[in-house]
Amino acid sequence: MIDNIPLNAFLVISTLMFFIGIYGFLTRRNLITMLMSIELILNSVNINFVVFNKFLYPNQLHGHFFSLIVIAVAASEAAVAIAIIINIYRNFKSIDVENLDQMKF
Amino acid sequence: MTLNDIMFYLFAGSILTFSLLTVTSRRILRSAVYLLFVLVSTAGIYFMLNYNFLAAVQLTVYAGGIIVLIIFSILLTSHVSEKAVVAPVKQQIFSALAVAAGAVLTILTIFKFAFSPSVSPAVEANVKNVGRALVSYNRDGFALPFEVISILLLAAMVGAIVLAKKEKNPENIEKQTKL
Amino acid sequence: MNSYAYTLLIPLIPFFVFVSVGMAEDKLKGKLGGLIGTAGLGIATFLSYFTAFKYFISDHVAGTGYTSVKAFEITWLHLTDKLTINLGVLIDPISVMMLVVITTVSFMVHIYSLGYMEGERGFARFYAFLSLFSFSMLGLVLATNLFQMYIFWELVGVSSFLLIGYYYEKPSAFSAAKKAFIVTRFADLGFLIGILILSFNTGTFDFKELTNPHGIAIASMGGAAFMGLSVITWALIFIFIGGAGKSAMFPLHIWLPDAMEGPTPVSALIHAATMVVAGVYLVARLFPVYSQTGPAALQVVAWVGAFTSLFAAVIATTQTDIKRVLAFSTMSQIGYMMLSLGVSKYGGEDGLGFMASNFHLFTHAMFKALLFLGAGAVIHAVHSNDMNDMGGLRKYLPITHITFLIACLTIAGIPPFSGFFSKDEILSAAFESNKILFGIEYFVAGLTAFYMFRLYYNIFWGHDRHYHHTPHEAPLVMTVPLMILAFGSIFSGFLPFHNLVTSDGLAFESHIDWMIAIPSILVGVLGIAVATIMYKKENALPDKVAASFSFFYRWAFKKFYVDEFYMFVTKKIIFNYISRPVAWFDRHIVDGTMNGIANLIVFVSFNIKGLQSGRVQQYAFVFVGGVVAMVLIFVYVL
Repeated sequence: MIDNIPLNAFLVISTLMFFIGIYGFLTRRNLITMLMSIELILNSVNINFVVFNKFLYPNQLHGHFFSLIVIAVAASEAAVAIAIIINIYRNFKSIDVENLDQMKF
Repeated sequence: MTLNDIMFYLFAGSILTFSLLTVTSRRILRSAVYLLFVLVSTAGIYFMLNYNFLAAVQLTVYAGGIIVLIIFSILLTSHVSEKAVVAPVKQQIFSALAVAAGAVLTILTIFKFAFSPSVSPAVEANVKNVGRALVSYNRDGFALPFEVISILLLAAMVGAIVLAKKEKNPENIEKQTKL
Repeated sequence: MNSYAYTLLIPLIPFFVFVSVGMAEDKLKGKLGGLIGTAGLGIATFLSYFTAFKYFISDHVAGTGYTSVKAFEITWLHLTDKLTINLGVLIDPISVMMLVVITTVSFMVHIYSLGYMEGERGFARFYAFLSLFSFSMLGLVLATNLFQMYIFWELVGVSSFLLIGYYYEKPSAFSAAKKAFIVTRFADLGFLIGILILSFNTGTFDFKELTNPHGIAIASMGGAAFMGLSVITWALIFIFIGGAGKSAMFPLHIWLPDAMEGPTPVSALIHAATMVVAGVYLVARLFPVYSQTGPAALQVVAWVGAFTSLFAAVIATTQTDIKRVLAFSTMSQIGYMMLSLGVSKYGGEDGLGFMASNFHLFTHAMFKALLFLGAGAVIHAVHSNDMNDMGGLRKYLPITHITFLIACLTIAGIPPFSGFFSKDEILSAAFESNKILFGIEYFVAGLTAFYMFRLYYNIFWGHDRHYHHTPHEAPLVMTVPLMILAFGSIFSGFLPFHNLVTSDGLAFESHIDWMIAIPSILVGVLGIAVATIMYKKENALPDKVAASFSFFYRWAFKKFYVDEFYMFVTKKIIFNYISRPVAWFDRHIVDGTMNGIANLIVFVSFNIKGLQSGRVQQYAFVFVGGVVAMVLIFVYVL
């Protein structure tokens, strides 16, 4: 099914997705969109795991399970992060990351 | 060019396009929808790799769960029509430069490295095998990570509830209601 | 362990009293602290007397010498196999004698202070310090080795410091305390150097090994010479400097007159009877070493002692503060003891000076403590230290008067009081050794009689002054110790010291040499007679005499400007030319470097604190940029 497609193609896609996620993390001012950037990053990592598993160690399922676990972690992370974001919103009436600079000198 | 190739490039293209849109769109709700498309396309790639169970999890948990969660929180914290504030151009340019440099370096490294594809027979990742491995405590079993992740999920659940619930302190409640 | 092991308790009881009374100071109401201290010291006194009885009489086999016994010893610091420091209890004639002296005087002072210090703030503190002092002094005399002695030597200095500065709100008291501590500490440096040289050359701290006249220690002491004297002689001279500091020998005596700022019982205990004779005890303890390794060090001891006794006696004739007169008298008498040690030889009848020195130490402790306590009773009655504020007190203070008179007769060397016997032995020893020293001591004996009776007449005779209230006799707790000490002053002269405390432990025959004794009695009587003429009835004679010696009188009155000389040397020379540059260097170069580093860090931190902006995206950007840069460098550049 994937015989024709080289490993590198997958890796390039995941790399680009990863850096797009980082770009989002660096430029988006809204906390929720930053969270979405993080989801992108996690997703790109998942692709890597799965692809390495499929291409390099097809006799095992470690990458597969690692992805599963990462998805679970992402889900819990999203839940906690959104709880925090909502709390911040309650206290500051804003979720703009530029306003949250209390932790400075 | 087979149908498979076309499918792959279609998915790849949609992943990249919608990723970019996710991080650039000024409407937050749209961003969330673009993210959904990215995740779905990723699930498509998992299907192509024959990891059907993983793809199903990706669709249900990610696309189904997390995206819904995000959309609800967007609705809670901003108006639908509201446009996101954009970072200053300088910040965008410098971030883009750093990110581009990183991407180029990584891709160069990927192409320089000679991966050696395996020839050993593949294990079929059907639900039966996955389920066995998940609860097996043998060498290739994942019972321990499974238990650990279940505790993590519980902790996250409790934490999210504690964090998000309203404070009982009457003074704070008064403040919040006034605001 | 042996039958003397209980002697460990003698120093330890005062120590526990010190700890318990010191810790519970605030909670002890009224005289409770004093009573605890007195009771503790009473037990120690009893044990000391028991030890003396046991050692000198019941355990002694007739016809043999007294040997030293190590009652107890533990290794305290095991530094290397060759260098260990022990703590223990050494019982031998001089330490037993000192036990008796210290506990007797200390016990009397404890009782006396119950009356004298009544109602003072920090009554319990006073007793805690007294107990600390008793502990340290007993530990000092019981030390089995030089290093233990040094430790207790310093502890004694500390307790002396604490007690002189007892009235710490009074500026003169705490400056006197500091002065005493610094001067003796300075002398102790010499002691420490001496200890190090001595033990380096002999390989031991232990007294028994050091002083064994046939032992390896004394035999190995030849060796290297420095500036014409052997290294051991130098070590002994350094050790003597330590002893001279503690015993207020010229020129390290300046702290003793000022130390009279302490409460009078403290002066009686520490600065008359016990601590100041520690120097004598130190030389006596190492006497075999002194006498066996050449006469040079002993010559130093003798001449310093003789000079100090003369010097202090001259000053004492001019002072008007009664406690200072007694302080100078103490210095003079300790000078006698040092002289006596200095002219002595080792063994048999040649060791007369050694015996005489310890004899005089013993009798002096009794009569000088009596004098101080009597002076304390006088001060208690008239609230002044100055003899110009006193006169005619014999009517008001009958017991004090009689006991004081006994003490004055004792120190003047009138038979049959104890001072006569001990002073006579010293003079005999000096006569056999050096006629010049003998002449000096003869003169000093006359001076002593003169200034003591000057003091006596000024206090108890003459006409009444305007007292704030009628002077009254001290309470019984104060007069009973006076009477006991008077008893000791009268009868301690009949103790057969030549059988008990000798340089080699063997008894020898001693008899009063009337060729020396009669002139010494005569000179004492002459001194008393002159004092009687000049001071019994108030007349113009003292002023005339003072005027005729005007220049010399003023010098003596100002204590020969020794204090001023020290002040000149320290303030003008050392402070100006050494301390100031050093302080400048410290303040500007050493501190400046440290401050410079601190300022640099403050400056840099202030300028880079903007990096800590609190903005997450900036941090993330730096992080990503840093990772990219590192990959670039490590993977592609290097």
